[in-house]
Amino acid sequence: MSIVVENLTKKYGEQKAVNDISFEIKTGEVVGFLGPNGAGKSTTMKMITCYMAPTEGDVRLDEMSIHKDAESIKRKIGYLPENNPLYMDMPIVEYLRFTAEIQGVEKSKITTRIGEMIELCGLDREKQKNINELSKGYRQRVGLAQAMIHDPEILILDEPTTGLDPNQIVEIRKLIKELGKQKTVILSSHILSEVEATCDRILIINRGRIVADGSSDTLRTQAQGQELLTVGIEASKKSDVEKALRGLASVEKVSLTEGKPNHFRLQSKPDISSRKAVFDLCVKEKWYLTELTGIETRLEDVFRELTN
Amino acid sequence: MKKIWIITKRELSSFFDSLTAYVMIILFLGLSGLFTWLVGSNIFVMGQASLNVFFGIAFWSLFFFIPAITMRMIAEENRAGTIELLTTKALTDGQIVIGKFLACLILVLIALVCTLPYYITISQLGNIDDGAVIGGYIGLILLSSAYISIGLFASSLTTNQIVAFLIALFIGVFFQLLFDVISSTLTGAAGKIFNYLSIRAHFDSISRGVLDSRDLIYFGSIVTIGLLLSQLMLSKRNWQS
Repeated sequence: MSIVVENLTKKYGEQKAVNDISFEIKTGEVVGFLGPNGAGKSTTMKMITCYMAPTEGDVRLDEMSIHKDAESIKRKIGYLPENNPLYMDMPIVEYLRFTAEIQGVEKSKITTRIGEMIELCGLDREKQKNINELSKGYRQRVGLAQAMIHDPEILILDEPTTGLDPNQIVEIRKLIKELGKQKTVILSSHILSEVEATCDRILIINRGRIVADGSSDTLRTQAQGQELLTVGIEASKKSDVEKALRGLASVEKVSLTEGKPNHFRLQSKPDISSRKAVFDLCVKEKWYLTELTGIETRLEDVFRELTN
Repeated sequence: MKKIWIITKRELSSFFDSLTAYVMIILFLGLSGLFTWLVGSNIFVMGQASLNVFFGIAFWSLFFFIPAITMRMIAEENRAGTIELLTTKALTDGQIVIGKFLACLILVLIALVCTLPYYITISQLGNIDDGAVIGGYIGLILLSSAYISIGLFASSLTTNQIVAFLIALFIGVFFQLLFDVISSTLTGAAGKIFNYLSIRAHFDSISRGVLDSRDLIYFGSIVTIGLLLSQLMLSKRNWQS
């Protein structure tokens, strides 16, 4: 099931929390919304899940529109809201049963489905408890279980790993990847490594607008543009080396690497590599080349550049 | 309809799990029993085989108890954020409101059923007017429905249960008492309007055993308006800015 978002806008008073964004998500894609706090990630999700109506624009799931077919859309979506609100006074199993009934799971299948969810989300040891007796990590699992109980085609998870310990984070990510094989998944996060590890595609949202869209590799290359190298050269006179490097035709900028003697940071001109030239230079001058490595732009840098 | 019942079932089990239901029923039975049988102008003082004393007491005790039942219904969901969970399920806002309304009404019905021994006892003591008894119970049920829908509306206005309770009492006291008082100071059309708005007159005429369409329309309108306003407040998130 594909999701088409068209010119979606949400105003809170004068402020536009989401400002005219459009994108399309195909069946089976795992998409990450990335952005600083207050960027409009949650608001976008709330509109897709029919929690709030947009000020302008439309969201369509196949032929259904949020303005006309909210009830059928809600049945197709499994949603884990931010902060994972749950009915604290209910036992886990009862709560899952309630959700399953509301989402229209067939009566004969409900018990099996609950069993599957408890198994899948690792709730087996805790299943006798009330939700308010659970730790935050287990509550998060209950949140995921209730979102998936009716086997929705689309999963929308707002910050699914907040409050989990590192082991649980790895497990949840694995689970999301597994689910992403059959379902369309949208998740939001401000943790870059998380999005990078789980998503096929990343939408970076800032101040209500999409500022970047693509896989983590595309985004990195886009931002990179110019090659960055760390070069280590041992020679009798350091100043000569720096001067000679600057002299190379393909090199735009040279700086000393702090903390490491005889190492330089070298930025090439756009679309040219300086690796060969550096090597040739060392051969010519009879210097020892101790290091020649490319510096990859991290997604952190892309993110900070786009959202600052 | 099935969806509404699922909501109702959950709310009811939450009443009974949290002991709210037991506390309410016991307090209601205790208070109304005390005044019907033991204290003040009780049944023995009246010397009549009728439940009028009980209906008079219940008229007031329900007025106070119902806001205590309804205050949680929407306010707590707003506070805990579970309203987001509920409204993104395959439900309409109307179904949520009606489901909660029915849960409260069923709780009140259970409490009223528990007073049937009063009727049985009194019917052993003398000739009881069954029509008036049935009328009285119908009156209490209609009265409760009206206050439940007012209570739900109050609960939908806030995230604080206590505030919801007080708003419900504040709105309720107009119907319970103030419209009556106002109408007695006015003459002519204005007086008639306020008299019609007062719950007392409608309750009294039904509990005499007279089922008049005007009274039914009166209670029906309060319930409908209350539920519609609650639904409106719940849907407010859609256009709120």
